[in-house]
Amino acid sequence: MDLKEKLLSSFLVFENRTEIDTPVHDIRSEAIKTFEQNGFPSKKEEDWKYTSLNSILKHDYSIFPNQENALEYKDVKQYFIHDIDTYKIIFIDGKYSSHLSQTTHDGIDVCLMSAALTKTKYRILIENYFNKTAAKDGLTSLNTAFSSEGAYIHIPKNKLVEKPIQIIHFSTGNESAMMLQPRNLIVVDENSHVQIIERHQSLTDNPILTNSVTEIFANKRAIVDYYKVQNDNLNASLIDNTFIKQKQESHCSVHTFSFGGKLTRNNLNFYQHGERIDSTLKGITIIGKKQHVDHNTLVHHIEPNCESHQDYKGVYDDNATGVFNGKVVVDKEAQKTNAFQANNNILVSDKASINTKPQLEIFADDVKCSHGCTIGQLDESALFYMRSRGIPVKEAKALMMYAFTNNVLSSVKIPEMKQRINKLIAKKLNVNIGFDL
Amino acid sequence: MLKINNLHASVEDKGILRGINLEVKAGEVHAIMGPNGSGKSTLASVVAGKEEYEVTKGEILFENENIDELAAEERAHKGVFLSFQYPVEIPGVSVTNFMKTAINETRKAKGLADMPAKDMLKLIREKSELLEIDRKFLSRSLNEGFSGGEKKRNEIFQMAMLEPKLAILDETDSGLDIDALRIVANGVNKLKSKNNAVIVITHYQRLLEHIVPDFVHVLYNGRIVKSGTKELAHELEEKGYDWIKEEVNA
Repeated sequence: MDLKEKLLSSFLVFENRTEIDTPVHDIRSEAIKTFEQNGFPSKKEEDWKYTSLNSILKHDYSIFPNQENALEYKDVKQYFIHDIDTYKIIFIDGKYSSHLSQTTHDGIDVCLMSAALTKTKYRILIENYFNKTAAKDGLTSLNTAFSSEGAYIHIPKNKLVEKPIQIIHFSTGNESAMMLQPRNLIVVDENSHVQIIERHQSLTDNPILTNSVTEIFANKRAIVDYYKVQNDNLNASLIDNTFIKQKQESHCSVHTFSFGGKLTRNNLNFYQHGERIDSTLKGITIIGKKQHVDHNTLVHHIEPNCESHQDYKGVYDDNATGVFNGKVVVDKEAQKTNAFQANNNILVSDKASINTKPQLEIFADDVKCSHGCTIGQLDESALFYMRSRGIPVKEAKALMMYAFTNNVLSSVKIPEMKQRINKLIAKKLNVNIGFDL
Repeated sequence: MLKINNLHASVEDKGILRGINLEVKAGEVHAIMGPNGSGKSTLASVVAGKEEYEVTKGEILFENENIDELAAEERAHKGVFLSFQYPVEIPGVSVTNFMKTAINETRKAKGLADMPAKDMLKLIREKSELLEIDRKFLSRSLNEGFSGGEKKRNEIFQMAMLEPKLAILDETDSGLDIDALRIVANGVNKLKSKNNAVIVITHYQRLLEHIVPDFVHVLYNGRIVKSGTKELAHELEEKGYDWIKEEVNA
């Protein structure tokens, strides 16, 4: 039985286990029909031309986590930003781990999707926001159909959430292959500010496939800073579908750090519903071996006087392959839009490749839009300069790649996060970063 | 220390150096002057090991060892330093991190352990004072957004940090105002000793007022056509290069 059929029949089992007398049930039923029609995307589709899912769909994945699995904090501490106080929503093999988590209902809700989907006190919010901005493509619909667990975050108006929130999914390999479909909903009301860090970490060599959907609603003047840390092992794949709906004067940023995984696909979508909105999309990709990372971004400028900033840097070694497909749509009404997009790449090996494709669809006439893609090797004159100071060619190249990528970090607002990523980059590139003045 | 014999070098099959002979002993300062396009910067780059240049004939001996086949970093490890005419901007690498890497890589090549952070900081402090460099400057990205004067001062700061045996200063005076020129020259003079040597490449005599050469050579069409003492530099300043060209072409 192929994965699609297995999922369709599993849905019946899933339905029997969940409450069906809810509005969410109708959404799920609708979604499974969409998945049944669309299935998994193939390379024939324009947006999937350079990314084939075949190699990761062939495994016989378990769809439902069976056992409860425990992890000791000390064994997984390294995957946390652990030197500062944070809220934590932690999952092990798809199941919530209260032991590792730190949630809250004190003025804000930092808790579980399973609670939000079943408890009546969340009903209105779920009705207003759940599945309201998520796309209706096959993969997203598949997640919607099986949506039951994930992070639920609601920040009411005028709250500055001082502690960042970490969402971490661990997989331990107690199944020979496992598929996870976390579903996150984040609603940030007027004038509020929240910082979120998301990570998927496999602790096993067994194949893991995560098809994640995150919906983020940033209401008037809200500020949302989201960090995605993708540094998984060679048998773990991630399809990340993130949808962000912004209201007027809100600022949202998503930083995606793609340092590892078998196949990583980021579908990152911003919709600007209001004026004077700012959207920031930044990414650093450093991969080697046979890894594949695909950034598929969309910024939809719907109303006037908004901005978007995209800056993606990539370093590809060995047989690694990358894709950057960045689409910017400026509606006719969206005058005075400023949209910037840059994608710069370095290919370290002859066998590495990147396909980069900016797509601008501009229907307004008074806008500033720019885009630039580069694929290159390292600057020879800079290399000679460094070598003439006694830095061997290998170290000089590493230091330059470090410098090339690390300036993307300037917009990271959590110092501990910045330091951590900085160290990760240095480690990936074999650069010895010691003290700094 | 440095002995260049009948050196011919070309870039993309175009001959630029056509038989250079030059000997520089420890403790000496040599000035190389000459009109634009005479091959001065090429000579500096060839000695430092830039790969675009191909040595087609002759040899470069450094401390009696032929260094033609050595990579730029290996020459640096032996004590060759080039102060660039146009220092390259390297965004994202701070001056400090760059120097730390350069010093520790040089130590590694000599089989030494990394310099302890405390000693490194002390050295940085000492040498930045010598060049009158603000500490804040050291955490900036290497050469990025530096003024012409700052770039050149930073080159000499690097020279001070690395303590080379042979320093080649390629047009270090260009783009310097009088104060920066004094600071740079002062730095070079303080670093000079009987154990090291300096080659100053320049168009003008101005820098040579501050860094007084023992010998002055005129490079024209890829050859050293005239050598003398510092008085030759004065003569060139007064009369320009035309009389040299006439002498050579005659």
